[in-house]
Amino acid sequence: MTAPLSFDVHRPRALTEALDLLDEYGATARVIAGGTDLLPKLRNGRLSPEHLVSLGRVGELDGIEETGDGALVIGAATRLFDVQRHPLVRKRLPALHHACSVMATVQIRNMGTVAGNLANGSPCADTSAPLLVYGATLEVARRDGHREIPVGAFHKGPGSVDLASGELIVAIRVPPVPAGSGSAYQRISARSRVDMAAAGVAGLVTLDGDGRVAEARIGLSAVSPTPTRCPEAESLLTGQVPDAPLLERAAREAAEEAKPIDDVRATAAYRRHVVFVMANRVLTTCVARASAGAGGGTP
Amino acid sequence: MRGKASEPGGQKTLPVAKRVLELTVNGDRYEVAVEPWTSLAQVLRDELRLTGTKVGCNEGDCGACTVLVDGRSVSSCLYLAVEAEGRDVTTIEGLAETPDTLHPLQEAFIEHGGLQCGFCTGGMLMSSAFLLSHTPEPDEGEIRRGLSGNLCRCTGYNKIVESVDAAAKRLAADEGGTA
Ligand SMILES: Cc1cc2nc3c(=O)[nH]c(=O)nc-3n(C[C@H](O)[C@H](O)[C@H](O)COP(=O)(O)OP(=O)(O)OC[C@H]3O[C@@H](n4cnc5c(N)ncnc54)[C@H](O)[C@@H]3O)c2cc1C
Ligand code: FES
Ligand code: FES
Repeated sequence: MTAPLSFDVHRPRALTEALDLLDEYGATARVIAGGTDLLPKLRNGRLSPEHLVSLGRVGELDGIEETGDGALVIGAATRLFDVQRHPLVRKRLPALHHACSVMATVQIRNMGTVAGNLANGSPCADTSAPLLVYGATLEVARRDGHREIPVGAFHKGPGSVDLASGELIVAIRVPPVPAGSGSAYQRISARSRVDMAAAGVAGLVTLDGDGRVAEARIGLSAVSPTPTRCPEAESLLTGQVPDAPLLERAAREAAEEAKPIDDVRATAAYRRHVVFVMANRVLTTCVARASAGAGGGTP
Repeated sequence: MRGKASEPGGQKTLPVAKRVLELTVNGDRYEVAVEPWTSLAQVLRDELRLTGTKVGCNEGDCGACTVLVDGRSVSSCLYLAVEAEGRDVTTIEGLAETPDTLHPLQEAFIEHGGLQCGFCTGGMLMSSAFLLSHTPEPDEGEIRRGLSGNLCRCTGYNKIVESVDAAAKRLAADEGGTA
C-alpha cells in the first residue's frame, strides 16, 4: 500500500534550531533520524506529519561520550553501526553491543539510531531490553526545558511512548555498570537476523565478594505490551549462590512473568518457552562474565 | 553517458514545492528538483538514469538498492534524497576507478560465479565494498554477516562469499606489494 505523500523536510544544523522547528510546528511535526521505521509508516499512511525535522546534520547529537562518572552518553543521531563498533560499548555493555550487532541489516544499522528504535515504541525494539537492564535514561529536550526519563517508564503501550509534541530525545545515558557484574542479550527471530525479534532477553548479574548474587536484572522484549523487567525472577536470584538449578528456576519464573501474544512472528506458547531457554542461557553467561571479572567480550 | 540532469520539467501542482538539490554522485555534481519525500533510489534511477541501483522490495529488506553515502552502505529506497545533499554518494556505476575498468570485487564476482541474473549484484558489490572498507581481511562468518542484508535468489550465496574472499585476498596482496 502506498499512500500519497506530502511533507516538508527541515534539516537544521544545531539542536536549538531543531527544537525551535519542533516548537513552531507542534503536533504537525515529527523527528526523523534514520527514517528506517518512519518512512515505511509514512508510505503506508499510518503517520502523516506535515513537517519532518531531520537530525542528519545536527553534528552535536552524533557520537558517544564518556562522562566523568563513567556513564556512556549515546547521542540521538549516532548510528546503530557506530554503537555496535564503539570500543567502550563492546567492553562494558556487551548486551547492547550484541543487540546492535544482530538487529536489522548492515544498511539499516548504518541509517538507524538507538533513539529511533526506542521512540518508535515497538515492544520488539532490540535495544530496549539491554537498556532496561543497564538502567539507562533518556535525555529529552524541548525549546524551553529538558527532563530525564528512565527507559523503563518510556514505553506506554505498543506504539506509544512518553514524548510530547515539541520534544526530542537528545541522548541515551547509560550509567556505569556496577563492579563485579556481567551482562548479555539474546534474541530469536524467524528469519535469522534481519527479521524483528519474536522474543528478546537481556540480563545483568552482579556478584558480591562471596560469589552470591548482589543484584540481578532481567529485561524482556517482544513478549509483553512494553519491554519489561522480571521482578519475581530477579528476587529469586538475589542473595543466592547462582548455581545451574537456581538459574533454571529463575529463567522459568521470567517466562511466567512474560505476557506474550500469538502473532505473525510466533505463538504465545512458543514465545514463553524461548524466554525460558534464552533467559537460562543469558543468566548463565552473565554469571560466567561476572565471575571472570569482566563485563565484556563478545556474546 | 553520464550527463548532468536537465532542468526540472513540467511542475505538478503540489502542496509542498519541489526543491532543487545539489547531489554529488560518483564524483559528479548534479542539480535535481525533487519532492521532499522522493527516495534516493528514485532520484538515482529516474532522474540521473543510474539504473545499476535496483529496487526490489522498497522496504529495506532485500539490499538491491544498496549505495554508499559518505562511504557507508545504506538502503537507498529508505533514504530520502534530500538527506544526501552535502554528502558523497557512490553507486555501482562509480565503484570502479574509471568507466572502462572493473573493481577487483567485480572481477572476482565474474571469475568465481558470484552472479547469475544480476539483479542483486550491484547491491551485493556495494555491501562487499563497505565490508572491505572496515574489515579488509574478513573471515567467512564476517563476509556472511556483512552481506546478510542482501538477498540473492539465484546463486545460493556460496559463490558470492568465495568471490568476496578472493577479492579481499587480492586487494590485501596488492596492498602488500605496493607498501
Ligand atoms: C529491514 C528492516 C529491518 C529491521 N529490523 C529490526 C530489528 O531486527 N530489530 C529492531 O529493533 N528494529 C528493526 N527495524 C526497525 C528500525 O530499523 C529500528 O527501530 C531503528 O533503530 C529505528 O531508528 P531510526 O533512526 O531509523 O528511526 P526513525 O525511523 O527515524 O524514527 C522512528 C520514530 O522515532 C521518532 N524519533 C526518532 N528519533 C527521535 C528523537 N531523537 N527524538 C524523538 N523522536 C525520535 C520518529 O519521529 C519516529 O516516530 C528494522 C527496520 C527495517 C526497515
Ligand atoms: S529495494 Fe531497498 S532494500 Fe529492497
Ligand atoms: S544473481 Fe539473481 S538474485 Fe542474485
